[in-house]
Amino acid sequence: MTDSFLPPELLRILFAAICAIVVVFGNALVMGYLERKFAGRFQRRPGPMEVGWQGLLQLAVDGVKLVGKQLVIPRQADKVLYRIAPIVSFAPAVLPLLVIPFSPKLQGRDFDIGLIFILAVVAINVLAILIAGWGSNNKYSLLGAMRSVAQNVAYEIPMLLTLLSVILVTNTFSLKGIVAAQEGLWFILVMPVAFLIFFVATVAETNRAPFDLPEAESELTAGFMTEFSGMGFSLFFMAEYTYMFIACSLTVILFLGGWHGPPLPYAEYTSALWFFLKVYFLLIVMIWIRWTFPRVRFDQLLNFCWKYLVPFSLVHLLVTAVVLKI
Amino acid sequence: MSTTPEFREHRYVLNMGPQHPSTHGVLRVILEMEGEYVMDPQPVLGYGHRMHEKMAESRSWPGFLPNAARMDYLASLIYNHGYVGVVERLAGIEATPRAEYIRVITSELNRLQSHLLWLGVLVLDLGAFTPIMYTFEDREKILDILEDVTGSRLTYCYMRVGGVVRDIDDKFIERTREYIKWQRSRMPMYDKLVTGNIIFRKRVEGIGEFTPDLARRYGLTGPVLRGTGVAYDIRRAEPYSVYPDFDFEIPTETGGDCLAAYLVRVREIEQSLRILEQALDRLPEGPFLAKVPKKIKLPAGDATYAVESPRGELVYHLTADGSEVPYRMKIRVPSFSNLSILPEVCRGMLLSDLCACMGSLDLVIPEIDR
Repeated sequence: MTDSFLPPELLRILFAAICAIVVVFGNALVMGYLERKFAGRFQRRPGPMEVGWQGLLQLAVDGVKLVGKQLVIPRQADKVLYRIAPIVSFAPAVLPLLVIPFSPKLQGRDFDIGLIFILAVVAINVLAILIAGWGSNNKYSLLGAMRSVAQNVAYEIPMLLTLLSVILVTNTFSLKGIVAAQEGLWFILVMPVAFLIFFVATVAETNRAPFDLPEAESELTAGFMTEFSGMGFSLFFMAEYTYMFIACSLTVILFLGGWHGPPLPYAEYTSALWFFLKVYFLLIVMIWIRWTFPRVRFDQLLNFCWKYLVPFSLVHLLVTAVVLKI
Repeated sequence: MSTTPEFREHRYVLNMGPQHPSTHGVLRVILEMEGEYVMDPQPVLGYGHRMHEKMAESRSWPGFLPNAARMDYLASLIYNHGYVGVVERLAGIEATPRAEYIRVITSELNRLQSHLLWLGVLVLDLGAFTPIMYTFEDREKILDILEDVTGSRLTYCYMRVGGVVRDIDDKFIERTREYIKWQRSRMPMYDKLVTGNIIFRKRVEGIGEFTPDLARRYGLTGPVLRGTGVAYDIRRAEPYSVYPDFDFEIPTETGGDCLAAYLVRVREIEQSLRILEQALDRLPEGPFLAKVPKKIKLPAGDATYAVESPRGELVYHLTADGSEVPYRMKIRVPSFSNLSILPEVCRGMLLSDLCACMGSLDLVIPEIDR
């Protein structure tokens, strides 16, 4: 690419960004379909069946419907905040995909601080939810937003503490480095407790049932999303699925050995298959949890975090540090 | 919690309903909130008011029969039963033995489907979507059975003074027996999926507790009262129809909280199945409708007839002045009294607990508003 009008590095980033957006939309489609199909199966019904073979095109049709909807802005709402909230939620969701190593070669860019970058970017979602709740000027929305902030701030702590345990072992924040360190031995076998804490915390971070209090449709109608319809709603919707994807990707990178798996031809690229298989396995577990359990109560949620997850992750960090020193 | 003015300043009013996912109908509750805490819930009624009692007083008494089914759409047959019961008592008519058995069988099926719907809806209020699909699968079987004999699926108008409108056949009996077997096989699954679920238990244990004394003062009846340890069930306390013939228990729990009301209802499902089995075994032969004159004039006087609806004590009080049109009809519905305890019990509760509490009261709003 010597005669390119763009420097190759910029071209690479551009290409990675486009791929990331494709992954976001593709993931939303696949997850939307999987969620509805699995929910159907758990409830002894077939799920979507009418549009396309086995209802495969249902999500596309739904997408068209959502795009075609009028953008309704409630009269009392803060118009600017109300409009930017879905974008603030959705836009950062694309960024982490640039640093996630799907396979040894399939990665937008390998940062030394990739892990911190992801955590920082994902945290913006809390702000988006707060903006949405405040801007809607609806009490249910505001309650949902308040819950969301308390929940996300609380659950970030055990999440970060368990991350630190992994970092102590690998000595790097680079996602590639963390995966490379798991060659032969996945960290889930070394630190099963950390995996459990991390996974529970990610379920809470992504506002999924049984921790879906910000949405809690039986109490708060739809929480912070109450006033949103059409594309505003679907951006939140896609952002949620993307954050789930990112959370599960992080879990796979940190504990399930990333792209490692039985050898494949052209493994530098094709081993992304193992990565995606593991991620979707975790996502299906999340769906399974959602359609099985009732919702926890707000105080129970915070108690669970502060009384169990935080102490356990602290002790875990301490034990890891001591063991490593020895 | 203090109610001094400076605390009140932090309060805001949240309008829950009439359209809200967990008020299940057109109930409106005005909540005075302090953060997530409900400080003062005030139910507002009347969005579904259709003047059923007045309608009963402005037309000849058979004209009210279809109305009876439309007050509580989940216990239509039991409402049918109460209404024909009070007319029979006033006019001195006896239904045939077979008719009484058929009434009990269909009423119990009706009770079962009401309890099954409630089971799903309570868990739905607590945030689990799946159990309601399972209970609907069971409920669908009951509705199919009842549809065959009554002709409708929800608002039945099946009972007549002196009997019922159509006889049940062998196919009905066979299907009901199959259903009993099916329902028994499903209960262990609900035990595992709902009753044994730790999140569910934490959500309902100790929530909305009240004492038998408080329950009495507010006139609570039905499973909510039995959850406080009082074995009060009209089928035993004031036996009607052929209920004395059957061997069944009145399940009680002592907790007085949402969990107790839940457990009582789940155990009642088994008791209803027992009644059904016995009634099907002993079903007498004979006419299903007594010979009654075409036009019955209600003699002047009063009559009261109480039946046990899935939600509690349902009382019809009929005053007649000798004409065909009742002079006054008073219906005492259980949900109305059961709802009245809400402000007392739910004060200072979290919003999520209020949903659990309303779910365990098993409110049917058209019945409250009538």
